[in-house]
Amino acid sequence: MSYPVDTQLLPRGASPAGLPARSGIGLKSTHVGEILQTLPALGFFEVHAENYMVDGGPFHQHLARVCEHYPLSIHGVGLSIGAEGALDACHLDALAALLDRYQPASFSEHLAWSSHGGVFLNDLLPLPYTGRTLQRVCEHIDQVQTRLRRRMLLENPATYVQFAESTWDEPAFIAEVLRRTGCGLLLDVNNVFVSSVNHHFDAQAYVRALPLDQVGEIHLAGFAEQVDAAGDPLLIDHHGAPVDAAVWRLYDYTLGLTGPVATLIERDNDLPALPMLLAEAGMAEHRLHTIQVTA
Amino acid sequence: MSAQALFAQALLQPAQPCPDGLRVWNGSDPALRFAVYRNNVLVSLVDALATTFPVVQALVGEEFFRAMAALFVRTHSPQSRILAWYGADLADFIEHFEPAGSLPYLADVARLEMARVRAYHAADVAAVPSEALQAALAQPERLASLRLGLHPSLQVLASRYAVFSLWAAHQGPLDLASVDPCQAETVLVYRNGMQVETTTASPASGHFIRAVLQGESLLAAASADTDLNLPATLAHLVRQQLITHLDFGD
Repeated sequence: MSYPVDTQLLPRGASPAGLPARSGIGLKSTHVGEILQTLPALGFFEVHAENYMVDGGPFHQHLARVCEHYPLSIHGVGLSIGAEGALDACHLDALAALLDRYQPASFSEHLAWSSHGGVFLNDLLPLPYTGRTLQRVCEHIDQVQTRLRRRMLLENPATYVQFAESTWDEPAFIAEVLRRTGCGLLLDVNNVFVSSVNHHFDAQAYVRALPLDQVGEIHLAGFAEQVDAAGDPLLIDHHGAPVDAAVWRLYDYTLGLTGPVATLIERDNDLPALPMLLAEAGMAEHRLHTIQVTA
Repeated sequence: MSAQALFAQALLQPAQPCPDGLRVWNGSDPALRFAVYRNNVLVSLVDALATTFPVVQALVGEEFFRAMAALFVRTHSPQSRILAWYGADLADFIEHFEPAGSLPYLADVARLEMARVRAYHAADVAAVPSEALQAALAQPERLASLRLGLHPSLQVLASRYAVFSLWAAHQGPLDLASVDPCQAETVLVYRNGMQVETTTASPASGHFIRAVLQGESLLAAASADTDLNLPATLAHLVRQQLITHLDFGD
C-alpha cells in the first residue's frame, strides 16, 4: 500500500527552497553573541525544534536575528515517528506553529522513537524493520507532511542493537519509506559509520543502497568508542567530539555519489569554542567546493 | 504488553531485564548494548536537571545531586518533550526526600531555580509607558476599578528560608557561611528585556504582587497588607518594565 496524501504537492529531490549546498553548524546559546557580532561565513544554522517551543525570551530573540543573516534548518528530536502509538497532536501543532514563525529552509526528524505511553525518554530509540513498522512510519510521516504542509527529511539512525524480527535491512526500509511518502533523506554519515561498526556491515554499500538523489542534508559528528560483551568495538553517537577521520573518508565517498549537499557539523556535548566548530565546517565546505562527482 | 512498552520500561527500571528479541552480529550479550540506551536516557535527563538546578547541586554536592536526580527520573519521568520544563515538580519531590531532610530550604531553592527558567522563556510583552500609569493614578475616580497586568515572567516566591541569599551566595561575592538559612525571604523572579532578574522584596510587596497576579484590583491588592509601601512597589514594577497592561474594566 502507498499513502499518496499530498505528495504530489510536495517538492521532490533537493527542493529549490532547501538548504544551500554549503556547511553549517548547530546554533548554541553560548556562541550566539559571537556569531551575531562576527557573522562567520557559514551556509546555514540548525536548531532543535523542541528548544524553541517556548513563548519568548532570548532563544527567540537570538534566533530571529540569526535568521536575518542565514538560512535555517529546524531539526526535530521529539516527534517519535517510529513510535507504536499515535503521534502527539499537540506536539505536531507546536511544531507547525514554530515552522510558520520561522519558515525554515528545511525541516528534518528521525527514524526512531522517543516517547511511549506519555513518557518522553529523551533518546532516539531503535525500531524493528518489518512490514508493520514500515506501514506505521509511513502513516506518521504522511501525517507530519500533511500537517506541516511541507516535505520533511528523515534521518537514518545510529543504533546499538538490531531486532530478530526485522525483515528489511535499514537502507531498503528507508528507501521504501521515501518512495511511499515522498519525504527526503537527511543522511547522517556519522550514524552510518557508527552503525556499520556496531552491526558489522559495509558502510559504503549501505550508502550506495540509499536513494541518494533524495538527500537534502548531510550530518557529520563525532563518536565515542567502547567495546561490547564480546570485546568488539561499540561506537556511541554522542556528538561530543570532532568528526573522526574515518567519517571524513565516508563523507568524501558519499559526496562523490551525491555531489555537493548541505552539511552540518553536529556538536551537542562537550561544546568547544566557536572557532573550532568553524574550522570543522570549513573542512566540510572545502570538500563541497572541490568534490569530483563519480556517479 | 507491546514490545516498545517493555523496551521503555526496561530503560527506566534497572531491575528489569534487557528486552527479548534483540540481536547482535557477533552473538554477544545484547544486555551490554541495551545498557547504552539505558545510560543515554538516564544521563541526559539527569544532565537536564543539573542544567536547571545548579545551586541545588552546589548545595548538596554533585554525587548526591545525581543520585537524587536519578531517583527522580525513574519515578517522575518527563511527560513533555520540552526539556526546559522538566523538573517543575523536583521541589515537591525534594520536600519528601528524606536524605535531604537536613536541608529544609533545598526545595525552595529548587523552586527559585525553576522560576528563573520559566522567566527566561516567558512571552515577550512590552511594558506600558510610565506616563500612562501616572495618568491612571492621577484619576482617583477611576482608580477603584483599575487592574494591573503584569509581565508573564514575574513570579513571587515567599519562603520561610533565606533562599535568595543562599542562591546569591552561589552567584558571586556573598559568603555562604554568612547566610542564616532560617531567615524568611520573599523573592521576585522576572525578566527585564532579555535579562532574568532575581531580587528580594518585602513580604508585603510579595503579597501585593501575588494578589495582582491573581487578578485582584489594585486597591484590593493594596489593602491586604498594612505594611505595604505601595509607591515603592509600583516604582519597582515600573522601573523593571513589569506593568504590561492597565485595565479599567470599562
